[in-house]
Amino acid sequence: MDRIHDLGGIHGFGPVAHSPAEPAFAYQWEAVSRALLMIVAGAVEVSGGEFRHSIERMEPGHYLTSSYYEHWLTAAATLAVEHGLVTRAELEGRAGGRFPLSGPVLAPRVAEAGPDVGEARFRVGDRVRVREWHPPGHTRCPSYVRGKGGVVVRADGIYSVPDVEAHGAARRHEPTYSVRFDAADLWQDGQRGVFVHSDLWDSYLEGA
Amino acid sequence: MSEGGHHPAPVSPVERRVAALEALLTERGLVPEGFIEEVTRRYESEIGPMNGAKVVARAWADPEYKQRLLADGTAAIAELGFGGAEGDHMVVVENTAAVHNVIVCTLCSCYPWPVLGLPPAWYKDPPYRARMVREPRTLLTEMGCRLPADVEIRVWDSSAEVRYLVLPERPPATGGLTEAELAGLVTRDSMIGVARL
Repeated sequence: MDRIHDLGGIHGFGPVAHSPAEPAFAYQWEAVSRALLMIVAGAVEVSGGEFRHSIERMEPGHYLTSSYYEHWLTAAATLAVEHGLVTRAELEGRAGGRFPLSGPVLAPRVAEAGPDVGEARFRVGDRVRVREWHPPGHTRCPSYVRGKGGVVVRADGIYSVPDVEAHGAARRHEPTYSVRFDAADLWQDGQRGVFVHSDLWDSYLEGA
Repeated sequence: MSEGGHHPAPVSPVERRVAALEALLTERGLVPEGFIEEVTRRYESEIGPMNGAKVVARAWADPEYKQRLLADGTAAIAELGFGGAEGDHMVVVENTAAVHNVIVCTLCSCYPWPVLGLPPAWYKDPPYRARMVREPRTLLTEMGCRLPADVEIRVWDSSAEVRYLVLPERPPATGGLTEAELAGLVTRDSMIGVARL
């Protein structure tokens, strides 16, 4: 879906707040948030795709103004409510105030995943084009490569398609590829001598 | 306000929310004894860029290991005892005088935990994720990594299951150093690709 987490190439952000080293957790609540997400995900068998989607569904302003571990906390609480472990009223009662959760899933549940793809359709060196589509659910196809042409530089293993696993118990497995895009083909102001690689599932691609 | 001499630390709204969820899950018997402490310890002490530095130093010291590392990153990294979540499918990309590699995750914050640890805050924040694919020459320069204009930049957006590690160039005049001394030269940033050594 077209949401705020899909940040590649977006204008308007300033300097990177770089630090050469930092602790794994800046605050104790960050470690607790990480552990709580692991507990919720284990208790209700959340797939990687469903977890990531629960962050992506955050209200855009909240997403941009909260830290990584607040994303994890929001995901843990959202999944806990959606899977019936706790209620929103209980969370807000205990917290003594508002407890923002992620928005609803917009995509229908996937009942039929379709057949697995057991063999790579493309080889290293093949020219491919990324489908231009705007699914309402989870996808790992960044918007900045959609509709763009590139070259396969690596064929990797066969993996569960996140777009499917995020929306139900069905699974489909497909090869993934690393596709090289010339920055000049991605943006009219793409920098010279820059090649951006995105790793993409088979069904995101078509032959070029 | 100071009656009784008890001054609990101010609790921020996010801390109150964390405590609320933790209490509710604990009441339901879902939080195993010591689990939170174990998660904290594991991520604070077992993983980190010191692991990746050993991989890089080995590759610098042993040309055959370097070949294996570039051919099958996961297996070669496992030779040194590193692997696991977010490191199951590793690809190592080599910097040369003509090519500079840098890693990013535009959709999220994917990062090779076993060899680099948990990602730094700036790697997960919007400016890095938005800009590294769009204007890497500008952003690398801003971050202190100045590259000649004719160096090709390869940005790797870890959007699927592979996680990347940059193999930096071995610095000059390091011929007499031991592998452990070489590892001491390798920085986290050089393995992300936002610095050269």
